[in-house]
Amino acid sequence: MSIEIQGVGKRFGDFVALENIDLSIPTGQLTALLGPSGGGKSTLLRIIAGLENADEGTVEIEGVNATQLPPQKRNVGFVFQHYAAFKHMTVAKNVAFGLEIRKRPKHEIKAKVAELLELVHLSQFADRLPSQLSGGQRQRMALARALAIEPSVLLLDEPFGALDAKVRKELRDWLRRLHDEVHVTTVFVTHDQEEALEVSDSIVVINEGRIEQIGSPDDLYDRPANEFVLSFLGPVTQLGDRSIRPHDIAVSPIEISSAVEGRITRWTRVGFEVRLEVTPTDPRFEDRVLVSLTRAEASGLGVGEGSLVWLRPMDGALTLV
Amino acid sequence: MSTTTTGWPGLSRPAGSVTLTRTSGIGLGLTMTWFSLLVLIPLAAVIVTATEGGWTNFWSAITNEQTSRAIVLTLLAATAVTVVNVFMGTAIAWVLVRDRFWGRSALDVLIDIPFALPTIVAGLVLLSLYGNDSPLGINVANTSWSVYLAFLFVTLPFIVRMVQPVLESLDLDIEEAAASLGASRFTTFRRIILPSLAPAIAAGATLSFARGVGEYGSLVLLSGNLPFESEVASVRILGAIENDNPAAAASVATLLLVVSLLVIVALDVIQRRVARRD
Amino acid sequence: MIDTIVAPPEPSAPTRQRRARKGPVTYLVRLLVVAYLFLLVAWPVSLVVTHTFENGLDALRTLFEDPDIVHAMRLTVVAAVVATVINTVFGVSVSLLLVRTEFPGKRVLSALLDLPLAISPIVVGLALVLVYGGRGGWFGPTLESWGLQIIFSTPGIILATAFVALPLVIREVVPVLGEVGIEQEQAAQSLGANGWQTFWRITLPGIRWAIVYGVVLTLARSLGEFGAVKVVSGNILGETRTATLAVEESYLNFNQEGAYAIAFLLASVSVACIIVVSILRARAAGH
Repeated sequence: MSIEIQGVGKRFGDFVALENIDLSIPTGQLTALLGPSGGGKSTLLRIIAGLENADEGTVEIEGVNATQLPPQKRNVGFVFQHYAAFKHMTVAKNVAFGLEIRKRPKHEIKAKVAELLELVHLSQFADRLPSQLSGGQRQRMALARALAIEPSVLLLDEPFGALDAKVRKELRDWLRRLHDEVHVTTVFVTHDQEEALEVSDSIVVINEGRIEQIGSPDDLYDRPANEFVLSFLGPVTQLGDRSIRPHDIAVSPIEISSAVEGRITRWTRVGFEVRLEVTPTDPRFEDRVLVSLTRAEASGLGVGEGSLVWLRPMDGALTLV
Repeated sequence: MSTTTTGWPGLSRPAGSVTLTRTSGIGLGLTMTWFSLLVLIPLAAVIVTATEGGWTNFWSAITNEQTSRAIVLTLLAATAVTVVNVFMGTAIAWVLVRDRFWGRSALDVLIDIPFALPTIVAGLVLLSLYGNDSPLGINVANTSWSVYLAFLFVTLPFIVRMVQPVLESLDLDIEEAAASLGASRFTTFRRIILPSLAPAIAAGATLSFARGVGEYGSLVLLSGNLPFESEVASVRILGAIENDNPAAAASVATLLLVVSLLVIVALDVIQRRVARRD
Repeated sequence: MIDTIVAPPEPSAPTRQRRARKGPVTYLVRLLVVAYLFLLVAWPVSLVVTHTFENGLDALRTLFEDPDIVHAMRLTVVAAVVATVINTVFGVSVSLLLVRTEFPGKRVLSALLDLPLAISPIVVGLALVLVYGGRGGWFGPTLESWGLQIIFSTPGIILATAFVALPLVIREVVPVLGEVGIEQEQAAQSLGANGWQTFWRITLPGIRWAIVYGVVLTLARSLGEFGAVKVVSGNILGETRTATLAVEESYLNFNQEGAYAIAFLLASVSVACIIVVSILRARAAGH
């Protein structure tokens, strides 16, 4: 295990940011800390980096108890949401910083910087100042800077949070590919479930200072431990007394047993998808049921707005009471 | 507010602050020691010396006929000049930010001159135009008018430099919105712009008042320091020091110190109110 | 794919021209402001220049031939430089403490630091005399028994100068320090830099321009201090008479030409200082 966290707690005044966190992060993996804003995930990351001190508990990095170590002794690479670029230094100087602090020989630094700039595709920008780069480029520079010290773990705090949607998507794919190349144990914080599901090997869902669930993206999506994880990782709707994903509902135009009867009150088409809003006839179920179908499925049913339909979970679909 | 303004906008952002480490603890100790030796203990000495002789001595020192006349003149001139500065300072800031004409940037440099110029030189400068050999034929030297003139000169930058950055950062959209809602230019100024500038004007006015109350250097050559005519509070303090009467000097000084403290408190309140608004 | 993203210029908010619509009021206000500044500042200041050069360079030449004046100017420069160094070190330390740490009494301290700007220089002088005066001061007699005379001597002049110019560096550095934030410092730490390295390599370069402005303003203020220095120096010819005191003495001794010449020198230095700062600021704003 690369990072071992035991019994970590942190308060800010009355606010409990983290409560009794136990977590093992395996070597070489890309792990996402996922959760809503203010849930404590960034605090946990900062505690691992030593930028914040835990009130209680221990943090072990690569078998060394790091709980009392200052950040500069932990050998972690940290990437900030807003890049934290050293504004007065060129891109190359930024990347070289950690190596210069470590008093490595000049030629070695030069070679390493060149190699890293190559890796993050910034070679032609080596002599620019950070202010002359785009947000995405600055973030890649920050990444190269963090990797230069050959950290035992790489920590990224909402690394793509400040970027616009398109650049964000590109960087996300690129981070995954980069990780496949360098294999450094990586932990990144995000509140975007799509980002976590797409990029990471394993996801830790954190909410209100506690870990809700740990698992692979498939685990979390298909076997959520609780209602919170279910709803945080994707769309969810109420079918009878159960929570279910809208695309896991089977729609029938003819009456079937143990199904919820209802009338289609809204029919919206969004691209290849058709979204139905079904109002149950049974007055006990107040909420409208959301159903999502493909266009082919929807037109095959031969129903429209106002039609009566019967809804039940698809075979093998996940439901939570 | 930009960096050119007074005040400590950085303090309104405590995010990221850390509690004292050992190094910063030592730093705090050293800086506080120096600050105490240089500023706090000497100022305390002024108050202690003033109050040593009891209330009656203090009171008789500042109500001495010559002294009280000097204090009244000082407060009167500082108030009048501050009022003028409220209008002229705002107008100057307005011209510097919103108007465009040849030579405007030279005006910008002129504003700083009274602040940068040694006060004794400031007095000499004013004497050259408003003294005995005045090319304008206006001679205010050795009259109480010289006090008003000197205060106007040395307090010129305060309101301008407070208002200017606020005016620069003012969103033009808001004025356009007001105009689109039917407000006339005067109404827009009074209802939209002025309220935004008010804290800066107030802060500048308090500083300008304090500067006036404590002014000495620019008056030395200009006012002649005539008792009952052009003598200000600072001159009375100096006179008492030279006559080896530290208790009387400290009494008047304490009065000025109280004014300074009130100004500092007022500034602090204004700045906190502004910080809350942001 | 990522390589094709072109670096956009620094995302600067489109600064719109803030032009007032030109009506009669605009011209009236402009006229008023220009006339006011001309009569109050520009004309009087220019007269000092013309007075100085009425007889060519004679006035300045005589100045540099008078050993007492040269001594006064040297003393002024020494006191100003020492006071500026002290205030810079103090100012940067206090700014760091105010912005980067939490401690009880911080608000009071930050308010008190403004005090020197609001105090009469004569009160400053008096306060220092009451504590450091050799005769009857709180600490003065003790210090003098150790052989350290402060009042009526150079250390007193330095103290008075440092007092009046105390907040200038802090006022420049604090806002910038707040604006720069702590992320760069934290990044440096995570890359292995210790506190000292972080300060020299990251914090200091981030605030260097603020420090430069603060130093230049402090220097200008220090060179020109008059009232406080007058009280603490004793104004002893050839010993503790500073340049500003020499202006007064010359003028009162009917040596107007000499007074104008020293005043011109002092004014040129201080005006040069503010011009340097405003040029630097304009350049920084342009970036």
